Amino acid sequence: MREMLRLFVVVTLFGAISGGILAGVRAGTQERIEYQQIKFVKGPAILQIMKGCTNDPLTTRFKIKDGKDERAFFVGVFNGKPNTVAFEATGKGYGGEIPVIVAVNVDNDQIVGVGVTTHRETPGVGARVQTDPKFTSQFKGQSIKEPFKVKGDGGKIDAISGATVSSRGVTGAVVSSGEVYNRLKSNIVEKMKSIKS
Amino acid sequence: MAKTAFQEFTKGLWTEVPPYRLVLGLCPTLAMTKQVDMGFGMGLAVTFVLVGSNVLISLLRKVIPKNVRIACFIVVVATFVIVVELLMQAYTYELFLKMGIFIPLIVVNCIPLGRAEAFCYKKGVLPSFADGLGMGLGYTISLTVLAIIREVFGNGSIFGVSVFGPSFQPYSYMVTAPGAFVCLGLMLCIMNILGKK
Repeated sequence: MREMLRLFVVVTLFGAISGGILAGVRAGTQERIEYQQIKFVKGPAILQIMKGCTNDPLTTRFKIKDGKDERAFFVGVFNGKPNTVAFEATGKGYGGEIPVIVAVNVDNDQIVGVGVTTHRETPGVGARVQTDPKFTSQFKGQSIKEPFKVKGDGGKIDAISGATVSSRGVTGAVVSSGEVYNRLKSNIVEKMKSIKS
Repeated sequence: MAKTAFQEFTKGLWTEVPPYRLVLGLCPTLAMTKQVDMGFGMGLAVTFVLVGSNVLISLLRKVIPKNVRIACFIVVVATFVIVVELLMQAYTYELFLKMGIFIPLIVVNCIPLGRAEAFCYKKGVLPSFADGLGMGLGYTISLTVLAIIREVFGNGSIFGVSVFGPSFQPYSYMVTAPGAFVCLGLMLCIMNILGKK
């Protein structure tokens, strides 16, 4: 009986100590891992659509609680003024969710750029929503509040031929980013004030 | 004492080098030698896990009851593996993405558990440390050598840098899975010939 108890205690202690160590290491590396994920997953899209900004948008960022979730916002400084935010929204594509980064000018609510990050669309077909700049540039300069639709659905966005579902997904993501923007705009403006150019 | 520790260290480099002499840890040896950085990174990760778990297990060998020793070994090894995984995610994110599932799979790699059972549970801290370091470095060198052969012939490059120039026609069979088996077989053959006296 005593021997049994000893086995019990030893294994439990091993598990508990290991759990404690791992929790510590995780806490210590979490921030750095988050930055790496931003840099390698969202980073390329953000840097591309924020071309011409004078800061590093990947480090100039803040978070706002949106319901249960927390959303990350990346700030771009143009002409000495921090006036652009980029954030992620998703739309339903052919191969699952398409995450899209949308950058908006806070002063006039115009879209600065739209970029697709990681997706599972068909290579060569749906994947062109990421690689074809003609498609995403259609959103540039438009108001974020507009209810975008592809032409087939009665809107004015030219879908990529053969990739209507993916195009619709990206368009839907931009529309949902507009909803997020409207909902959180006051918080965004508030947070932007504290950012130095 | 010092001499025996040194012998424990050098045996891992030649007479008992893990993949070619003990024929252990072959799964990553096959899968992680497509490119030199993958093989090298895998070797270093295994070295870290081996040294850590060897030292800790030989320190705790009086505490660990015989009946549950395997469970305790696995907890120790798994803890070190997760630490490595988090660190790689935080500092070498690109390599982490490339190696993917093979980092957590170090837990079920036979080398750390085998050394714990065959060596550290019976020996002191210093020889265990030497054994872990030797085995780990032997493994790193083995993987790096195999990866250099495969990457040079299969892709014409080392660490992603081209060595033969653009006119080289890569022998891409070398970087496929069957090529891995053939290369490993040839290495085993060479090692057996060299070891025969």
